[in-house]
Formats: sequence, C-alpha cells, structure tokens
Amino acid sequence: MTEVQFRFRDDAAPSGPVAAFAAFGEQSNATAVRIEPGDDARVLVPFLDRLKLVEVNFPAFTDGRGNSAARILRELGYTGELRAVGDVIVDQLPALRRSGFDSFAPQVPLDAADAETAFARWPHAYQADAIGSAPIWKLRHG
Amino acid sequence: MYKYDQYDQAMVDTRVAEFRDQTARRIAGKMTEDQFKPLRLQNGLYLQLHAYMLRVAVPYGTLSSAQMRMLGDIADKYDRGYGHFTTRQNIQYNWIKLDEAPDILADLAKVEMHAIQTSGNCIRNISSDQYAGAAADELVDPRPYAELLRQWSSFHPEFLALPRKFKIAVIASDTDRAAMRLHDIGIQIVRNAAGEVGCVFYVGGGMGRTPMIAPLIREFVPLDHLITYSEACLRVYNRYGRRDNKYKARIKILVHEIGKEEYSRQVEEEFAHLLTQGIEPPIAELERIIPFFADPAYEAGASDELDRSDPDFALWVDRNCHAHKQPGYIIATISLKPVGGIPGDASADQIRLMADLGRDYSFDELRVTHAQNIVLPHVRKADLYTLWLALDAAGLGTPNLDSIGDIIACPGLDYCSLANARSIPVAQKISERFAAREAELGELKLKISGCINACGHHHAGHIGILGVDRKGTENYQLSLGGCEGADTSLGQITGPGFSEDGIVDAVEKVTDLYLANKQGEERFLDTYRRIGMAPFKEALYD
Amino acid sequence: MKIVTGNDLKSGEVTWWTGNGWSRHVNEAVDAGADAEAILARESAAQRVNAAYVIDGVSEGGTVRPAHIKERIRALGPTVRLDLSLDPTATPERVL
Repeated sequence: MTEVQFRFRDDAAPSGPVAAFAAFGEQSNATAVRIEPGDDARVLVPFLDRLKLVEVNFPAFTDGRGNSAARILRELGYTGELRAVGDVIVDQLPALRRSGFDSFAPQVPLDAADAETAFARWPHAYQADAIGSAPIWKLRHG
Repeated sequence: MYKYDQYDQAMVDTRVAEFRDQTARRIAGKMTEDQFKPLRLQNGLYLQLHAYMLRVAVPYGTLSSAQMRMLGDIADKYDRGYGHFTTRQNIQYNWIKLDEAPDILADLAKVEMHAIQTSGNCIRNISSDQYAGAAADELVDPRPYAELLRQWSSFHPEFLALPRKFKIAVIASDTDRAAMRLHDIGIQIVRNAAGEVGCVFYVGGGMGRTPMIAPLIREFVPLDHLITYSEACLRVYNRYGRRDNKYKARIKILVHEIGKEEYSRQVEEEFAHLLTQGIEPPIAELERIIPFFADPAYEAGASDELDRSDPDFALWVDRNCHAHKQPGYIIATISLKPVGGIPGDASADQIRLMADLGRDYSFDELRVTHAQNIVLPHVRKADLYTLWLALDAAGLGTPNLDSIGDIIACPGLDYCSLANARSIPVAQKISERFAAREAELGELKLKISGCINACGHHHAGHIGILGVDRKGTENYQLSLGGCEGADTSLGQITGPGFSEDGIVDAVEKVTDLYLANKQGEERFLDTYRRIGMAPFKEALYD
Repeated sequence: MKIVTGNDLKSGEVTWWTGNGWSRHVNEAVDAGADAEAILARESAAQRVNAAYVIDGVSEGGTVRPAHIKERIRALGPTVRLDLSLDPTATPERVL
C-alpha cells in the first residue's frame, strides 16, 4: 500500500485491510473499501455509517470517474476518510480536494512544495462542491 | 456584454499563475510531456504540425472592440501577424512559443479574455447565435444563459477529466443559427404553454467520425434548474461514457448505445438527487448577468432609409446584412472569405481595423460566427455606407455571406497534425472557380474538413468535402444535403473520392445539375432534397 | 532512410536529427537507421527534443525528402503561406 502523503483530517488514519469493492458486501465487518473507476459508489450507501475509509483508485489521472464517485459519497452523507490513490498528480489536487477527497496516496510521491502550492492556489470557486466551498454566486448574493 | 467582477478577474489571474507555474515545471523537466499535455490543452495550447498553436476563447462569440484589438496585437507581438477565426467562434494563433504562452494569457487576462478549456477532455467554449441581442426572432438574448453555463463549467472539479471533449450551444430562436442539434448538449430557450421561460435540452449530437443529430432529452427545464439539470447530464456522461476507445467516447455514442429514453431516465434520477444538494445559483445571479446584455443606446427615430445607388454597396447589403429588431439599425457580416483567400484568416491590421469599426459603428461590440466570419451586430443604417467603404478598402467587403464563396474550412494538413489532406487550397480553388457565379448559385453552404474529426463541419454542408489519405496521396470525398438549423440533416457521400482538381470539377458538376433542375426559387439544398442523390451520382461518375 | 523529427520544447520549432544535434532544416537530417528509436529516447529524456517520432524518407541529391506528404509539409511550411517558410525557394508543388 502506498503511503498517504497528504491528509486533511484530525482523526487517526484507519489501519487494517481495505476490501475490494466486489468482495465488500460479503465482508460484513469490513470498514474500508476500494473503488475502481467502473464501480458504482451508490452501492456503498447502506454501509456509509460503518465505513471509515473509502479508497478511490485513479489508474490514470485522465480518468475522472473517481471524482464523481467521491462527490456522490459526500452528497449521500459519507463523512469518513476519502482517499485518492494511484496516478495522482500535483495539478489534479485542487479538483480532487473539491470533489471531497481528504487524503492522498499518490503512487509516485509528489513534490511537497508543488503540492502545497497547488492546494492553496485557488481563492475562489464558481461551483458548489463537496467540501462546502462558498461558490462565487454565494459570495455575490449571500 | 458581460464585464468581469473581482471574482471573475481573480479566476483568470489565478489560472495564468497556475499555467505559468506548470510551464516552468515542464521546461525544468519536473513534468513529462504526457503529464503536461492535458494541462496545456485545457489552456488551449496544442502542439501542431509546425509549432504550438493557441486557441483563445471568445465566449459565445461575443467580444468588445478592446478585446478584438488585443487579439490583433497578440498576433503581432507573439505570432506572425495573423490569426484564424474558427468554426467554434474562437481564434487560433499558429506560431506560439511555449515560454511565451503564459505572457499571452496574462495579456488576455488584462482584457477579460482567456484560453480556458478551449481544448482537452472538458466542457469547451459555450457557443451561441451570432445575431443574439439583435435579431427580431429571438425570445430572449441567449447569452446570459451561456454566461451562466460558462461560469458553471469553468474549472468544474468533477468534469475536468471527461471521456472526451464536450460542446454546448445555447439559442433562443426557432431559427437555429448555431447548429445547436450538432452539439453534445444543445439548448433552446423557449416559453412553455404556461408562459414560463425555460430550456429545451437536446443531448447527444456531434460531428466527427460518427455524426449524429442530438435527440430531444427533456422538453422543458425551468430556468431555475438549468445548472442542476446540466450537471446531471454531465455526471451521467462522466460516469458511463466510454473510455475504452477514443473514437467512441463522445456522449453521442453513449446516448445512441443506451438509447435516449434510458439516458433521459438516468439523468432524471441524478437530477432528482442533485436537486437536494443546493448547487443551483440563485435566480439573482441570472438577474445580475442579464443587464450586461441589455440593448445598446439605440438612437430613437434613426432613419430606416438606405441609399442603394452604389451597386457594389447594394449587393453587399443584400448578401451580407440582416434585418435588426430595432428600426434604423442593421446587422452587418464582415466576410473573412475573400476570393482565393484563406477562410477565417485575418491579419493583425485587419483585426485592429475591425476592432475600430466595432467601436465606431456597432456600440463597441463584435461577434465571431461559426462560419468563420465577423459580425457587427448593431449598425445604424445611416453609417452603413461609410462602414462598407472602410471594409471594402481593407479587403473585408466580399459580398458572399452564405454563398458558395463563403466556404467554411478547417486549417487542414497545411497546419494540423491530425489532418489527412489539405483543405485550404481546395477552398481557394473553389472560391476562384465560382467567383463570378455566386449570384446564380444563391444560398450554398460549402464546408471542407481535412480529416474525419470534421472541424470544418462538412457533415452539415449543403456540399461537404472530406479530405482523406489514399495511399499517401490527398483524396477528397464529396457529400451532399447536409444542413444545420432547425431542419438539421447530415450529408450523404456521393461515391468514390476525387483528386484535388477533380473535386473542384465535381463541385461544378453538381452545381450545374442543380441549375438545370432548379424549380422556382429552390436553393441547391432544396433541389437535392427533392430529386435525391441518384441524378448527382450519375452526373459525377458516368 | 529513417529520420527523427520533433519539436524544440520551448520554441515549438520543428527540428530534425542531424547526427549530433537538432536542426530546423530538413536537408540536414541524417539516416538514423536502426538507432532511431534509441536516439529518440535518449534525446527526449535529456529534453533536447519534445514529441519526437521516426519517419521514412529518401536522400535525393543533397535534399532530404520525407516519405509522407504530412512531413513534407512539416518541412516546408504551410503550402498556403510559403512566405513563412524557412526555404525562400519553397513552392507548393514540392510537397506532392
């Protein structure tokens, strides 16, 4: 398992096995699951209270399905750790964060200074997002 | 037109800083080309056959004279003195240097312009009707809705790595001047039976390898759900669009493969969920944007008379000018298709001249059309002759709007590394061959693409030409009967392809056949639709 | 002959492998032969070229002629704007 390089949570990082999505339902005591791009995040809805960690795999950073999966989970009330793993690059970090990811375990470790710059880059956002950013329309109209 | 507030300006400025940093990291070798390519594409920067090419966004085809002037200055300062206006209402520069690209974006940001998401697998420039705000037949000006969608789609965190590009068009009239049904999402603003204003959504149109006309997906989306419904459409596409094959990755393939009813059903489900998430901007935001598109300060009682005694002027008025909703005013199209010229190209001096003319004669506003021409939307009839004299002196007065000389052509193999054949020389030859025959041929939309990606929109041409590579030699397929607009249709291929000279002869054969068979006031397209392909095939191949 | 062509990373200019460097002039291109892919990989890794690829061509009396029309246009410049060509003697027929 690759190391978590950035984490935006105060609680302790979950340890223990991460169930594959296909096997998750059978393992009634699993508290961590990994989603692949083609998996339907909504299948996890009945288990959101139990889950402490959802890993979302990005086999290629050009495949944005994980962003939808993350937002759906947050929209449906998931408050546990949501971790982006795989081909995570610096320039995706702002979009991943706003999609709801609060931890990042890139397959290839990122330059920490570049990553910090990326996370802090955008002062505003045009859209509502999964981390409760006040979109520009809200700043304009209250 | 829309003016940035502090937030809009902060966003483009931040984007410039981000790209400057990304470019520096690429040049320093901290990023590979594979990592950098999607980032530079989402800032409009391609690596083309000869050099980097930059595609600058002209949101819904509208720009001020100051912005147009900057586009001319950029051509001189950073490029080789010219720019190319595209079939998606943007402008392209062909000779850009990577290490200067951030400076170009910074110059653009000073005049509220950018190159954000003009390429890449993301939502692209929102296009619209080039006569918006001026035509009598629109329900409302569609551009405030396009601006709302522009902001919603810019840097949208969920939709920056779509299966493929995504193009949206917004219109507000039954006359479709934006080829709306040939977009991934086409929106028409309408009034329903209850008198409410809302949006009709067509989803799954497009050209390219497998052209399709977008089917109706939802008959009415209330205005205060426009963003939420759009988001639902995109989310279903992001999740289920094909990613296994680049040539089957557009939403048109998804809608076609699962069927429009199933796609619509999935969108409704997602839409119902998203309605609980509060993602729609308040109606106050639309109300904030709308006044930017208010009517200019028309002169009351302006004369509706035109002195047509100069026959060249009269011809240009008849061909290139369109009725304006306001008495005393007229919509003027500047042709960028001089006889034998390069369609859509303009020199820096011409661009700056057009900027000045927009300032002096059109309330400071210009439009780029998807037919690669420029529109001055609000010209006082009293000023029209003076305007025309200036255009004519600068080689911008060609009276060929929507005629055979008004050719739409992609850059083709002369510029584009995706192309299979050159398109511009074919356009030039056709333009020259038919220069004296525009009047007799009437409305005839001829479109040329240099490859199957169809950036020349050849599927929508009354006459369409597709360049192909036949064993290393350029070859050209002819298609007939394509049409954008409310009666959208896709062109049919006539048969085997032709050489470069052969295709020009072929166009002459089909136009001769049209003239021999024309009934009444039929256009080429009407005659083709009436008599069918068979007579044309016979004329071409027997 | 096997020709390696690419672009200069910063300027975007088209370049051709000359045997010991990269030139903007196609007539200085050499036959990289069986080493073409290895040269491409080495030069790309060293950032002396970007987006390089290998093509076929022939050497004809002091000029190098790429096998495919696309690279002949790449070498010459846009046939409709040969005023922008590196070659002052350029004519459109040269790409055929």
